[in-house]
Amino acid sequence: MVGEATWARPAVEALLATALELVPSGEAEAMFASHDSALTRFANSRIHQNVAEHDATLRVRVVDDARTGVATTNRLDAEGLREVVERASAISRRARPNPEAAVLAHPSPAAVPPGLGYFAATADADPTERALGARAVIAAGDRRGLEVSGAFSTDSSTLAVANSRGLWNMHSATQAKLLTVMMDGRGASGYAQATSPDVGAIDAALVGEEAADKAVRGADPVDMEPGEYQVILGEYAVGTILEYLAWIAFSGLAAEEGRSCMEIGRPVMGSNVTIWDDGLDPTGMPTAIDYEGVPKQRVNLIVDGVARAVVHDSATARRAGTRSTGHGLPAPNVWGPLSWNLFMAPGSGTPATMLAGIKRGIWVTRFHYVNIVHAKRGILTGMTKDGTFLIEDGKITRPIRNLRFTQSIPEAFSRIAEIGSDTRLVAAEYSGIYARVPALKIDRFSFTGATSDEGSG
Amino acid sequence: MNDLIDLALDEAQRAGAEYADIRLVERESESLTVKNGALEAADSDRTAGFGVRILLDGVWGFSSSGRLERAEVERVTREAVAIARASAIARRDRVVLDDTPAVVGSYRTPVIEDPMSVSIDDRLAMLFEADAAMGRVSGVNVRQGSIETARERKTFASSEGARIEQELLEAGAGIDANAVNEHEVQQRSYPNSAGGQRVSGGFEAIRALDLAGNAERIAEEAVALLEAPQCPSGEMTIVIDSAQMALQVHESCGHPIELDRVLGMEASFAGTSFLTLDKLGTLRYGSEQVSIDADATAPGGLGTFGFDDEGVPAQNVPIVDRGLFVGYLTNRETAPVIGRRSMGSSRASGWNVIPLIRMTNVNLRPGGAGSLADLIADTKEGLFLSTNHSWSIDDRRLNFQFGTQIGWMIRNGRLAEMVRNPTYTGITPEFWGSCDAVCGPDEWTLWGVPNCGKGEPMQTHRVGHGAAPARFRGVQVGVGRW
Repeated sequence: MVGEATWARPAVEALLATALELVPSGEAEAMFASHDSALTRFANSRIHQNVAEHDATLRVRVVDDARTGVATTNRLDAEGLREVVERASAISRRARPNPEAAVLAHPSPAAVPPGLGYFAATADADPTERALGARAVIAAGDRRGLEVSGAFSTDSSTLAVANSRGLWNMHSATQAKLLTVMMDGRGASGYAQATSPDVGAIDAALVGEEAADKAVRGADPVDMEPGEYQVILGEYAVGTILEYLAWIAFSGLAAEEGRSCMEIGRPVMGSNVTIWDDGLDPTGMPTAIDYEGVPKQRVNLIVDGVARAVVHDSATARRAGTRSTGHGLPAPNVWGPLSWNLFMAPGSGTPATMLAGIKRGIWVTRFHYVNIVHAKRGILTGMTKDGTFLIEDGKITRPIRNLRFTQSIPEAFSRIAEIGSDTRLVAAEYSGIYARVPALKIDRFSFTGATSDEGSG
Repeated sequence: MNDLIDLALDEAQRAGAEYADIRLVERESESLTVKNGALEAADSDRTAGFGVRILLDGVWGFSSSGRLERAEVERVTREAVAIARASAIARRDRVVLDDTPAVVGSYRTPVIEDPMSVSIDDRLAMLFEADAAMGRVSGVNVRQGSIETARERKTFASSEGARIEQELLEAGAGIDANAVNEHEVQQRSYPNSAGGQRVSGGFEAIRALDLAGNAERIAEEAVALLEAPQCPSGEMTIVIDSAQMALQVHESCGHPIELDRVLGMEASFAGTSFLTLDKLGTLRYGSEQVSIDADATAPGGLGTFGFDDEGVPAQNVPIVDRGLFVGYLTNRETAPVIGRRSMGSSRASGWNVIPLIRMTNVNLRPGGAGSLADLIADTKEGLFLSTNHSWSIDDRRLNFQFGTQIGWMIRNGRLAEMVRNPTYTGITPEFWGSCDAVCGPDEWTLWGVPNCGKGEPMQTHRVGHGAAPARFRGVQVGVGRW
């Protein structure tokens, strides 16, 4: 069912070419973005919301004598094209010149790998397939008397960009994601997530089992005093931390404006930390081009703990005297470039070796509602969620009630004692950022508060 | 449009739907951003489409499309039916809607000056004037200002006979000044952070902000914060300004009173709520000073409209009455659970998504503590906190932590030294129970929050919170190691 409204390549080429031809003067960029998305949501062990969406938009950026105007529409007939170009042109005529913002990407010889990140099985997934996946997850919870909630989504999208400098690139991709939260009604909960471009790679029963196991083991949590503890952060928790570093540390604009903790060429984390961004790696959630049409480059952000690079779009790259790395967001972009295909190098740790030697520590499955307390120092706050456990003498002994952390991440990542050998692809909750990351054992991590048991059943 | 509406509703009826509705929405918005003396961004967005919601055999299906054509309406309606049939694969109880009568009506946001009619030149002049004022302060490294305006036209029709036309107008603006040194980054915003103030109304609200008149002050504060002492740690009395109070209400009251969240429907995303059904009418949510309403009729609120997206008329309902928890935000599906009719807070952020229970304008009523100056004068020792910087709350809306852009110590009833990076934390009912004063109506502002996230796929929606400065005793401040 998803995919019925997908646009074919010749039609997209013709659409963008027509839009560029309509621009009366100056340079121009035309961006096409379509998506056919569906999501089956369940709660209280039943499907309660079940939705689909089909849309395609055209964004036109006109740059005339350093004056820039941008307009979008989702009316893609001849009248819609004429009207959106007219709006963008009208804005550019009234705009004041700003050469810093009037930057279009140059054509690049890099080719977009055909078929990268696109799976017909995902594009063609129907509501019955998603409902059966939901039912398999629910069954895992039912067997243990848990209330099950979650969402199973499949998405097919196309991004194409052309500009008057001769740039033309297009990439179609698919995404599938299944996540669940299971609760026992007395304060225990478990979580699991699987995400892949290929819906066939998602094992719903396995997702259900993982979350159910966490929820059962979380029964009857006890209070734990806030303080500094040795921790093991599971992959979901590490993925969330990298999501926030993408915004506050790895952006070329954050670096330019002095907000980032990245000091290029200097150690900013422990020597065992290596983080990079790679939109072309098929083990991530590939996106071959950015929203300016620039092919993605691998960017080594932190190598052996040393800050090596930040990501750029055309505007930040020009100001930094370099070239775009293919991390631009849709124009007009006041947020700066974004790394949304992150990877962290694994180590050699196993759950057993990472637990060994921890006298009294905490196992964190995931974080909830993380936010930035201080960008330049990389201080984040947030809550633990869906599986927080006490570690005593190298063993997980009992569940604990959720804790609040307030912690500088560069400091914490300078105290990583061991890194897991396995990695997992984690989808961010809010932002569309994906990170393939290992679990981490960190020697000291600061918990500054605890939740209450009010209303926990 | 009427033929497309009839087509969808007829198609749904033929498929056996016990209920169906269709929303056709057209939204246009414009935004201008001036940064460091130059026009950084100027754009105009238009999107139009429709969404069809089907209730079939007690379960929901929904589909939507941006192509407003007969064939697409037929296809999307058939898809919504197929999706509803798939929902039956994992069904428990049947969804039953309340008996809200179908309405035929219309609504338009009252404005003096249509925000979409103000010229780019006028808007840019305001932003460049404010930018120049910030630029006169030495030490500011990034200054930014923006103005956003929007118009949304929507039609709602249901198989029960509802037909509603609405035109909603919005306007918003704000400025930021940033300063950095080797170890610090500090920001001051006016009139609020996250884009400033945003209202449902006309451009007169933007003109009244006086961006330029406040620009130099916030720029000076941003620079001064670089050298200000770090906020101390410990328990103390805090006075919170009305803009930060708005976000305090949003996170610790607005979200936990959403009845779908209470019933577990949001568990897989942002969690549940401590305000379980047994708490209704029994829980002391806060002190006697605390009264909160959900008012979709409040003039100027981002959560102000004529009818919600299920066709329920806008209402003002009590949520907390002198500290006692008395009401939820509801929709037609959940209200019967507590034996009530929907109070009209079912809202979709666009044509492409389903309506969810969303905040309207969840407002802290003004109190009797007079002006902010009166409240400071009445506070012997404490900390005054202004303008939100960060926010976080747990998955049952109990443990929260906020940071504000700036704070001042209060000593002997006067504002004393400025402090940087202030934070405070608490547990929701304990915190509201410690409220011993709320300022009066002259200090009350209805703030717009344009970035409220909820649901899967996530919807970012526009809600409102009225609040006046308030005082809380014995609050933990200065969280973490600095």
